[in-house]
Amino acid sequence: MIRELPGEELARHVQVACPGAVERWEGLCLWVKPERVLEVCQTLKETPGMGFNLLNAISAVDYVEYFEVVYHLTSTAHLHSAVLKAKVYGREEPSLPSVVGLWLGADFQEREVWDLMGVKFLGHPNLKRILLWEGYPGHPLRRDYLEAPR
Amino acid sequence: MPMRSEPVTVNVGPQHPSTHGVFRLRITFDGEVILDAEPVFGYLHRGSEKLAEERTYTQVITLTDRLDYVASMTNNQAYVLACEKLAGVQPPERGMYLRVIAAELQRIASHLMATGFLLNDLGAFATPLMYCFRERERILDLFEMLCGARITLSYMRVGGVFQDAPEEFWPALRIFLGEMPHYIDEYERLLSENEILVTRTKGVSVLTVDQALNGSVTGPVLRATGFPWDLRKVDPYEVYGRVKFDVPLGRAGDNYDRFKIRIDEMRQSLRIVEQCVEQIEPGPVRADVPALVRPPVGDAYSRIEGPKGELGFYLVSDGSVAPYRFKIRSPSFINLTVLRDMLIGWKLADMIVTLGSIDINMGEVDR
Repeated sequence: MIRELPGEELARHVQVACPGAVERWEGLCLWVKPERVLEVCQTLKETPGMGFNLLNAISAVDYVEYFEVVYHLTSTAHLHSAVLKAKVYGREEPSLPSVVGLWLGADFQEREVWDLMGVKFLGHPNLKRILLWEGYPGHPLRRDYLEAPR
Repeated sequence: MPMRSEPVTVNVGPQHPSTHGVFRLRITFDGEVILDAEPVFGYLHRGSEKLAEERTYTQVITLTDRLDYVASMTNNQAYVLACEKLAGVQPPERGMYLRVIAAELQRIASHLMATGFLLNDLGAFATPLMYCFRERERILDLFEMLCGARITLSYMRVGGVFQDAPEEFWPALRIFLGEMPHYIDEYERLLSENEILVTRTKGVSVLTVDQALNGSVTGPVLRATGFPWDLRKVDPYEVYGRVKFDVPLGRAGDNYDRFKIRIDEMRQSLRIVEQCVEQIEPGPVRADVPALVRPPVGDAYSRIEGPKGELGFYLVSDGSVAPYRFKIRSPSFINLTVLRDMLIGWKLADMIVTLGSIDINMGEVDR
């Protein structure tokens, strides 16, 4: 069985290496400051005993006042998984650092989040639209997106 | 005398018979050797994630059918498992067994498609494909008995399955289980030692374990590199903890291993179905769940081992009848991340085989 690590346990490990990065934890989730996502991910990937070597998914949810970017991580060696979340504020240019340098698997997923949700990933080598075409108006998965102009 | 050549950029697709749908690769060639490759897709994007936000949890099942349209059962399964995790529903035993039987049959059908089309791409035109389709047809007949549909099945529901299997399903399944191993032997005899196939695929487009894990690659493509990672084994869901099966592994991570591993997995799927048929007991097939499911506020990520890799759904509920957010973690889409690394240095003819060996489905890539 893959054990889902509680947020508190994750927070203990993260706080040692990246003081001040953790916002809060609850249940199986850990919230971190968006600008420190890369640092926290690196810690989770490289700390012995954590070893999150597989990035399962990057999702983004639009809660209107903020965007929540969710990282689902798994360690194939320790058979445990983690849920890492970051709240990104602002609707004009919401952004957070890219994790492509840590996991290549983030490449297409971050492009998808940018394309459909309009959250920017700073430091992504090729951040352009992936499912829609360049020049498409708006980001359709946002809650305030109504319909593409005809 | 050495020939001088300049790099040329060529579009392969989107209308190309080997791209399994509408998929485009922008490739830079030096002569026939690939210098760079960039996948371009989105031609089949239907906005499934947005559409789901205006449908009830039960209606969304029909959307999942249309993701990977050659493996609707496993899409249904992954989605209803996510709903059940979110709503805290436990399906009855018989419902879970029926789901596993259906999902494993679907895995065989999907692997048959993958094998048939891979060989088609290799130039074994149509004959192996028709062999594979002959057996897939039998599986679709079984699905028709279960739910009346053959492709867009919508067989599963939150809390179980739509209806119990009819009486004629069981003898038909037994006949299929008895005959299928011989068919698989036939493919092996015909294909696995075929000299052309072996020379064209062995050692081509090698993917290492590190590359695969770093690229979030899952499913047969990851296991072909020799890494034992099968969610049915490492994180058993439904009744997979009660059946015995092996996880076939490749060694080299080349196109041949990716082809061979699917044939081996079909045998294991048959083993799982056989054990489920022995273990299944009479009883209800669906938990008492209202038609309009209203999960409590919260979120859940649930994943299964789909035929193409880790198929996950991330659902966010705001307490209403429709999901607030419905996110698909599609294996075909994410497995394409490593395609560029696999292609560089190989030739155009190899590219077609490599793409076939990853086994992508554009319905799932573009969603």
